[in-house]
Amino acid sequence: MRWIQQVGWRHLVGVLVLAFAMVPIVFVFSAALNPLGTLSSSELVPTGASFGNFSRLFADTGFGGWFLNSIVIASVSSAASVFISALAAYAFSRRRFRGRRVGLLSVLLIQMFPQFLAIVAIFLIFSTVTDLWPAIGFNTSSGLILLYLGGALGVNTWLMKGFFDTLPRELDESATVDGASHAQVFFRILLPLVAPILAVTALLAFIGTINEFLIANVFLTDAGSKTLPVGLYGLVAGERNANFGMFCAGTLLTAIPTVLVFQLLQRYITDGLTAGAVKG
Amino acid sequence: MTATMLGGPATQARPAPPEPTRSIVGLVSKALLLGLTVAIAIWAAFPLIENEQWTGLAVLAATTAALLYLYLTPRHIPLKYLAPGTILLILFQVFPVLYTASTAFTNFGDGHRGSKDEAVVAIQTASVTQVPGSQQYAMTVATTGDPGTGPLVFLVTDPVTRQVSAGDADGLKALDDVTVNAAGRVTAAAGYTVLNAGQASLRSAEITALAVPTPGGAIRSSGLSRAYEGRAGRAYDESCDCVRDTTTGQTWTADENIGAFVGANGERLAQGWKVTVGFSNFTRVLTDSAVAGPFVRTLIWNFGFAIASTGGTFVLGLLLAMALHSPRVRGRTAYRVLLVLPYAMPSFAMLLVWRDMFNTDFGLINNLFGTDVDWFGGSASARLAVILVQLWLGYPYMFLVATGALQAIPRELSEASRIDGASAWGGFRRITLPLLMVALTPLLISSFAFNFNNFNAIYLTTEGAPFPADNPANGATDLLITYTYRIAFGGGGAQYGYAAAISIFIFLIVAVVSAISFRRTRHLEEVHA
Repeated sequence: MRWIQQVGWRHLVGVLVLAFAMVPIVFVFSAALNPLGTLSSSELVPTGASFGNFSRLFADTGFGGWFLNSIVIASVSSAASVFISALAAYAFSRRRFRGRRVGLLSVLLIQMFPQFLAIVAIFLIFSTVTDLWPAIGFNTSSGLILLYLGGALGVNTWLMKGFFDTLPRELDESATVDGASHAQVFFRILLPLVAPILAVTALLAFIGTINEFLIANVFLTDAGSKTLPVGLYGLVAGERNANFGMFCAGTLLTAIPTVLVFQLLQRYITDGLTAGAVKG
Repeated sequence: MTATMLGGPATQARPAPPEPTRSIVGLVSKALLLGLTVAIAIWAAFPLIENEQWTGLAVLAATTAALLYLYLTPRHIPLKYLAPGTILLILFQVFPVLYTASTAFTNFGDGHRGSKDEAVVAIQTASVTQVPGSQQYAMTVATTGDPGTGPLVFLVTDPVTRQVSAGDADGLKALDDVTVNAAGRVTAAAGYTVLNAGQASLRSAEITALAVPTPGGAIRSSGLSRAYEGRAGRAYDESCDCVRDTTTGQTWTADENIGAFVGANGERLAQGWKVTVGFSNFTRVLTDSAVAGPFVRTLIWNFGFAIASTGGTFVLGLLLAMALHSPRVRGRTAYRVLLVLPYAMPSFAMLLVWRDMFNTDFGLINNLFGTDVDWFGGSASARLAVILVQLWLGYPYMFLVATGALQAIPRELSEASRIDGASAWGGFRRITLPLLMVALTPLLISSFAFNFNNFNAIYLTTEGAPFPADNPANGATDLLITYTYRIAFGGGGAQYGYAAAISIFIFLIVAVVSAISFRRTRHLEEVHA
């Protein structure tokens, strides 16, 4: 009886939520393995095991290319955005200058404007850019990465600034006394110490970018330049029932990089999420 | 020499006084980065010079010079760290957002895209008809780009002078370097790709639609190899600032306030121009009953959705974190790994999977429970469904965060409260929860702001359905953002100006709610710190 009161309920909650969590994922698994590959024939429990959907995905669609594009775009833009964000967070946390408060607040405010409503403006801007510099115009990864980096200063900067604030100032002061320049203080001393929050923001940025659909959908129209969301959406936009198995196979494969990044960064994650949050 | 005499033997000299030293690596990488910046600037300058974009060139030069100065001077240290992010922010966020906001004061949208002159040209060319005695031309369809997609050009040969001209929507331009066959048709022209009959017939709809404006009317195609210069049925008359129909004499007078030509009976011509309309887009949201009704209803549901999504994920995540926060629970690691899986799945894809799981005929949910519910058919069930989906997508994040926050709370605190005789629930409510809230409130606020504008959650599942019979533009699960998206890009004709006005309202609402909550958080922190 005491066991139920103290431990049993914990398992009950865990198992119930686990069921809720797993049903859609198991369904995606079964549908991906379903030899018929249609939505109407997909059940929760696998009705057969075939890798037909996976091989069709690689043979009939540009999935390999989408996958590669997504990985490149998400890795480069999340790494760059974390770096840019860390630079700004250092300035906001360690330096006192005019416009510091205003800068911090406007960084937060601009993010609250639903950015994709600016899509008409973005479209017009990049039409000109495509004419002048095709290398960063429509249908290029580099252009889309630049566009995503426009949001590098944002909520993540706040999260990082909070984390920087928790590091004792004596650290940089003693380093400065020993003759370190501000750049050395930042790169050699502070950056290694904020690794947890870098990991968290990198993960959040990676997940955000690899899932971004709306802007990518306008930006990438060439078959060869599509990312996973744009390509997979195209699979079920027209042929919803017939391509469902392929779509689920693609979904599972898309989850792999995220899970890998997650595992890679896991030991920092919980640390970083809360430590940054305390000082938000 | 002097130094040695005054300071004694050199071996006894103290180390150099602490002044900022520069490492070799630092200097080299700085030089490389600055060199790269200059190289990129030069690369970017050439197309600007070629296209004579002098303003752009000036901005580029000024920015590059400012960057070089900034990183070479020892002053302005904070700016050195802020510059990269700020430049990107201005280019790709501030500028588009300001541009969008400025359109909120105009009637920009379908039928109101360009200037008044462009509207007049469009009206005249659209009204062109072939009349007896119209000039006839031999014509070849060509393009400046790819035969399948490039912009179309008519290469026309004047039957009298044999002069060849290239015409597109901007007008006619004389050409010299051309090859003309015996029938007078152009077979090759420098800078143009001539479409063959097959390629041209594939694009016949575009060819029929293309009108090349000329002083008296426009040149249009008749078939794929001949063109005629027709007379405009409607012409702009400067003396009355109106458009006059040359056969019936009916006039449409320009109305600068609405950017359109309006007839005596109130009829508007479809081609208008972009004008500033002041605050009328904003007042339309608030006063027009056909708009204000759906707006308020959507706003209320929008708040409900954001609160339910944020609160629901928070409660579930916290409950789970509490449940697993005990060394006596076996298999905690396995639980954790599996429980955060929904977070690792790509959300856009899972939203589409959920949409199909709610499918009435062959959806998993109806199959599992043996029901036959049309989930997205009724308001209540559709709303419940999208919140449930959001709960599934969002709770792992809250679970992770709450687990971390729980681990950060010293165990002695809850033990002390137990010794003092507090019940488990009392200890949680008085000690643990307040401490957790300090850490988690900022995340709850940003989660609220995110869910308030959670476009994908609706667009990829219900798409706003169900729609009431009388208003196909505003559905029961529509958030303001999906509603705005439909106004801006939907099938009923784009109204960018109006959509921009609504997005400013959305922005204000989210900003005010966040500002108030942040104020309250600071209050909390002061109390508990």
